[in-house]
Amino acid sequence: MNARRVVGAVLPPLVFGVAFVALWEGAVNVFDWKPYFLPKPSSIWSEFTGNVTQIREAAAVSGMNALIGLVLGTALGVAVSFLLMRFHLLNDMLSPLAVALNAIPIFVLVAVFNNMFAITSEIPRRLMVTLVVYFIVLVNVAKGLRQVEATHLELLRSYAATSSQVLTKARIPNAVPYLFTALTIAAPAAVITAFVSEYFGGSQNGLGNRITSNLTANTAAAWAYVLGACLLGLAFYLISIGLESITTQQRGGSPGGGTT
Amino acid sequence: MSQQAGPNPAVTVVGASKVFNRGTPRQVDALVDVDVEVGANEFVSLIGPSGCGKSTLLRLIANLIDPTHGSVTVNGKPAAKARLDQEYGMAFQQAGLFDWRNVVKNVELPLELKGWDKQARRQRAMEMLALVKLSDFADHRPWQLSGGMQQRVAIARALAAHPPLLLMDEPFGALDEMTREHMQAELLRICRETGTSVVFVTHSIPEAVYLSDRVVVMSPRPGRITHVIDVDLGTTRDIDTREDAAFFKKITEVREALRGHELTGDVFVADGAAEDR
Repeated sequence: MNARRVVGAVLPPLVFGVAFVALWEGAVNVFDWKPYFLPKPSSIWSEFTGNVTQIREAAAVSGMNALIGLVLGTALGVAVSFLLMRFHLLNDMLSPLAVALNAIPIFVLVAVFNNMFAITSEIPRRLMVTLVVYFIVLVNVAKGLRQVEATHLELLRSYAATSSQVLTKARIPNAVPYLFTALTIAAPAAVITAFVSEYFGGSQNGLGNRITSNLTANTAAAWAYVLGACLLGLAFYLISIGLESITTQQRGGSPGGGTT
Repeated sequence: MSQQAGPNPAVTVVGASKVFNRGTPRQVDALVDVDVEVGANEFVSLIGPSGCGKSTLLRLIANLIDPTHGSVTVNGKPAAKARLDQEYGMAFQQAGLFDWRNVVKNVELPLELKGWDKQARRQRAMEMLALVKLSDFADHRPWQLSGGMQQRVAIARALAAHPPLLLMDEPFGALDEMTREHMQAELLRICRETGTSVVFVTHSIPEAVYLSDRVVVMSPRPGRITHVIDVDLGTTRDIDTREDAAFFKKITEVREALRGHELTGDVFVADGAAEDR
């Protein structure tokens, strides 16, 4: 990618973002909105720079919950998708269930998990993230393992390949881009789930808690934590996008497909 | 490796029938009572309209499916045994290269599955790439190659284990006319150099005539063989062959054999389930 294209891609959203913040700042001044209604970007920024350490500490807590859940959920999702592929009956039983569960906001389950563990435990939140990530990874990787090109399967049969050879030579490599696509969906979802999980009680130490606890006393500070949350979510997303682009580059930008 | 013309014919199909969805309302007689023999070093094309069972017949020979009746023998062995022994290589309309492997590793795949050690299979794969004139592209990724080059890699891969037989299902069907003619000439050269027998499924009459020692003409509903036409254009065929009067005469002969079905109203029927993939 050359410099002009980078500028062309980055400039329009950047201009829009700056204009939006300026408009916001102006509107608050002109209409004399009270800080509890909508604080000025400039006061949010000063709260952000003044509380960087606290925001970083809170982000570390939420971020760690999201990361642990992401890793565990991915491992579990990959493991179960292999089981589903190996045992067709299990697949027929569980796949519709997994898709259906994926469609409902299961993160409300965190209230139930909170009830199962000590009040200061981070386990319920990590469990919740794990569960959300697990379904996303499961559905996608299972698809990648199954949707192998017919030509590839016929070729491998003509080579008298064993089923474990079909797995290692075709199914697993085919599923790799599906895994990374799943991660680009799962990574932001993991961060969101980690925040929202904090609204259901437990320790008051994460970004989600700080947002709600500052909301009445110091709205600008609450917004500063929102900004921290945005940055954390963005970091997770960018890393997952980076990982995905490495795999698609290797395959000429045709994830999941063979050369025809 | 049994590369040279042995006592065994490359393929013997006796009384083969294939019924899909047997006993259901969707039953299709894809092939009825087919007999074919392909001699060692012989190039045989299967031609016919969609649904005539030519791909089904190729898959029976490859043991990708089992016949409902009849027997299939490849290089003197039952088809199932021949498949396990990699007595044939196969190529499809889609090159079917694995995007996550580079070109030479694609060619190595059948050897890898057979348990060849790394050095031996790399050496053989490079020999095969030299055969299809793609030595310089060993480290390229499949998607960096043109369609014709991808098919040459697929042919190199099919021949990597030096099988005595090559089974091809419309391998040049997706290529443009110029590339196609070039690939046909290359295929004949490769078969001559390696002594490989070929069963070649095609829709194209000139392609079948140019390549083949014999053209097997098939007809649909039910799939069966109607004509077998000997093509005596000599063993060395080149660009002049395509402009030869004898070449056009053969094309006319095959076309008329195919038209035999048109008169009975079979050519323009919809594709049969037999060829749906």
